[in-house]
Amino acid sequence: MVTAGGTRTRPDAAELWEVLRGVMDPEVPVLSVVDLGIVRDVRVDDEGVTVTVTPTYSGCPAVQVIERDILAALAAHDVPDARIRTVYSPPWTSDWLSDEAKARLRAYGIAPPDPAPGDDELVPLRRRSEVLACPFCGSTETELRSEFGSTACKSIAYCRSCAQPFEAFKAI
Amino acid sequence: MSDAGAPPRDAAAVAPAVAPADYLLRLADDRLVLGHRLSEWCGHAPILEEDIALANIALDLIGQATALLELAGAREGRGRSADDLAYFRDARDYRNLQLCELPNGDFAVTIVRQFLFDAYDHALLQALQGSADAELAGIAAKAFKECRYHRRHSAEWVVKLGDGTAESHARAQAALDELWRFTGEPFLADEVDRALAAAGVAPDPASLRDDWLRQVTEVVEAATLRLPDDRAVARGGRQGLHTEHLGHMLAEMQSVARAHPGAQW
Repeated sequence: MVTAGGTRTRPDAAELWEVLRGVMDPEVPVLSVVDLGIVRDVRVDDEGVTVTVTPTYSGCPAVQVIERDILAALAAHDVPDARIRTVYSPPWTSDWLSDEAKARLRAYGIAPPDPAPGDDELVPLRRRSEVLACPFCGSTETELRSEFGSTACKSIAYCRSCAQPFEAFKAI
Repeated sequence: MSDAGAPPRDAAAVAPAVAPADYLLRLADDRLVLGHRLSEWCGHAPILEEDIALANIALDLIGQATALLELAGAREGRGRSADDLAYFRDARDYRNLQLCELPNGDFAVTIVRQFLFDAYDHALLQALQGSADAELAGIAAKAFKECRYHRRHSAEWVVKLGDGTAESHARAQAALDELWRFTGEPFLADEVDRALAAAGVAPDPASLRDDWLRQVTEVVEAATLRLPDDRAVARGGRQGLHTEHLGHMLAEMQSVARAHPGAQW
């Protein structure tokens, strides 16, 4: 930001993106807020720095922590007065995770998401179930135990090959 | 509106088409009240997976309510935050469907209530994604993704209970019979709905009923249950008229905020 005294220069948006790549999700700490697609835009203008974010899930309790972490990381890089703007459109999708981010999830013990599913069958027995690969042994002899897990973004699954319960990142 | 050069006679006709606070509160209150009801299961659900599932769904619904209440507060222009609207309105000012405020009952009542709502919400949110109100459309598109897995969950349980044991079947049927009279209200339109439907901001509630009934019929049949033939008569939630249950629920939900206004931790 350019001030009358000229003591501060306007930060470079590309550098700020780099800073944000170091802000990890508090619930899935192997992914950054950039990997997850939570950060939609970083704008630097005469108004200062505005970071546009979108929540992964409407009720994600980590949202406030994430916003605080983003502001703290920017403050530590000489941007003490950044602002957060929240948008809901386009709606967040797990399809925004890169292949590299998915590989890190798997290494962390969480099955990465398949592409977000299309239309739903209402009656469960007519549904085509997605095949999850166990993040520990790679077997596809797995079953989804519940679509709801320890956080809004994860399901609970079980591997029959290695007899290990595991979490899967929801595909939405 | 045919004479192009003339000044507009009706200012509303050229104003940006957005939903007023009154309508947003209807959408928000359904979610806040039902979300709070579901949260009452936390620590009490029949199995651990369901405890987690109901808490997760509660969280989604309350999150959706927060976004809608924030927008309602902004549109209202009286400086009220989402928390102000959630904790400092009395039952008479709540605009939720009566279906959403009914007590949890047994697990079958909670599940059937949830499915009846999810099927309605699925039809509603699908339509709202195309709203002329861009902010509302954005919230709806996000909520729709969540509604899809809520509906998968509740539909699955309706089938499990209905097509389960004699006991679970009887309880699911009793729940459906008991709740049926509350299923007409979502599809009643008043002046607010009609004005917004005409402006392309929200669907006419009546237009959602066929889709809802198709979903409900499909799942009820798969669950070997039977659709009640009583008439759906309960109404009034959208105008602030509620069952006696809402006041009790709000008394608990709002007690901390009212005992310690402005408290933070």
